[in-house]
Amino acid sequence: MSTGRINRAVADKSAPARRLLPAAVLAALIGAWQIAASTGAIADALGLEPFLVPSPAEIATALWEDRDLLADNTWVTLKEIVLGFLCAVAAGLGFAVAIHLSTTLRRALYPLLVASQTIPIIAIAPILVVWFGFGIGPKLAVIALVSFFPITVNTVDGLRSVDPEALKMMRTLDASRRQLLLRVEGPAALPYLFSGMRIAAVFAPIAALFAEWTGSSSGLGHMILQDNAQLEVARLFAAVVLLIAIALGLFGLLGLVERRVVRWR
Amino acid sequence: MRQDTKVARTEATDFAAADGSPATAATGESTVSARDLRHSYGDLPTIEGLDLKVQARQMVGLVGPSGCGKSTLLELICGLQEPAGGTIEIGGAGGAAERLRQTAFMPQRDVLLPWLSAIDNAALALRNHGIGRRRARAEAAVLFERFGLAGFEQALPAQLSGGMRQRVAFLRTLLSGKPVLALDEPFASLDAITRAEMQAWLAEALAEDPHTVILVTHDVEEALYLADRVAVLSARPARVIDEMEAPAPRAPDRDRTVTEPEFVAARERALSALREGAE
Repeated sequence: MSTGRINRAVADKSAPARRLLPAAVLAALIGAWQIAASTGAIADALGLEPFLVPSPAEIATALWEDRDLLADNTWVTLKEIVLGFLCAVAAGLGFAVAIHLSTTLRRALYPLLVASQTIPIIAIAPILVVWFGFGIGPKLAVIALVSFFPITVNTVDGLRSVDPEALKMMRTLDASRRQLLLRVEGPAALPYLFSGMRIAAVFAPIAALFAEWTGSSSGLGHMILQDNAQLEVARLFAAVVLLIAIALGLFGLLGLVERRVVRWR
Repeated sequence: MRQDTKVARTEATDFAAADGSPATAATGESTVSARDLRHSYGDLPTIEGLDLKVQARQMVGLVGPSGCGKSTLLELICGLQEPAGGTIEIGGAGGAAERLRQTAFMPQRDVLLPWLSAIDNAALALRNHGIGRRRARAEAAVLFERFGLAGFEQALPAQLSGGMRQRVAFLRTLLSGKPVLALDEPFASLDAITRAEMQAWLAEALAEDPHTVILVTHDVEEALYLADRVAVLSARPARVIDEMEAPAPRAPDRDRTVTEPEFVAARERALSALREGAE
């Protein structure tokens, strides 16, 4: 399963040499882009004006020159992502435990859960804005809707991952249902929860972008729209870089927290 | 062991009284008796017409071909399942809830919870009974001291050797305070040397703190060495096809015990019963 792979990759306390490899590939790509863009090779090949194809150096310049504007908008988007993500964790945990404890709820909720993921977010986001206005509400709804699915599904799997022998043992040691959940199933589900949260962390920024596109007056998504219209291509890429940084930061932070919390792995 | 047991029993009582700890004191009458037991998985009969009696504070070893339903039998005795027919009584009481109240189950794999320290794993039953963490640890610590685990209290299961893990798993079972212990192949996963060591350790631990024990194993020698009586089960559907007293008294040295003529004869008898039952 892909979540398992992600799990191992993050749990791997690897030598710096392994980190060097992706860094080298990235550096090579940026270098190639820099050369291709600054010599105008890409623009020529595509038949474009050179300003439409900014080089990494130009993006970095935009990042620096518009730092105040970018910082303000990053803060707006970061707030949306973190709050939406937290809503998703709360909802995901609630759903997962409910589904785990009750067969009836499982039958009732699981299909809806899956169906919720088939909702084309782009299609309903505008209507959410009509319903809830331009505030943070519809953004949180969209981000949470996208994020809570991997969290819920992974946590449900985790709660069920306990060795049946351990459950029998605990029953003969007089564990109540609550004790079983808190002492055995809950801790067993923690690594799964973190896997789900890491997947959600990668999707949450994209969801934030969609949410802002459908109606907002600030945020990185809003900025990207405006930069697109004004052909401020370098700044557009700068905003994208920041969005990527948010996703990577969240992903990395979760890995750090997991290493602290899930010490037995 | 029967002779040792009598001495040890007073010791165990003294220990419980001196310490004020009810954790390991097996109380009450705890004879286990199963009559005309029947069980099946769907259409597949797993147990048919099985009779078994275990006297209080005795150990009975159950040997049988693999897949014969030994583990199912343990689950029935523990009250984890109800049989399709027949009765199981522990200390005269019959229902599954009552059996569950009286027995503690030690599964084949140690299933120590990897996120809990050794001592917290051992103290699980005490915590389940609502005893605070500090007191539960203190009670478990006494047993760690007594049973060769001192110094390993804070170790995580992953840091323990196979033998150590089984010791912790056994203490966890013991600390349930239940009079009947159901051990499902407790040493199956260990290498031969550790296994012999653990058998001697278990014999000693139970001599100090006697319980009614049902030991499922596929190892005839283990059953004869540890148990007071050995019941040989047939292939599925399981029933008892031979029952024998284990040779006694036992030499303190395990290697000597298992080479004594009486022991060898019992082993041969059990093995031939097994062979017949497997057919």
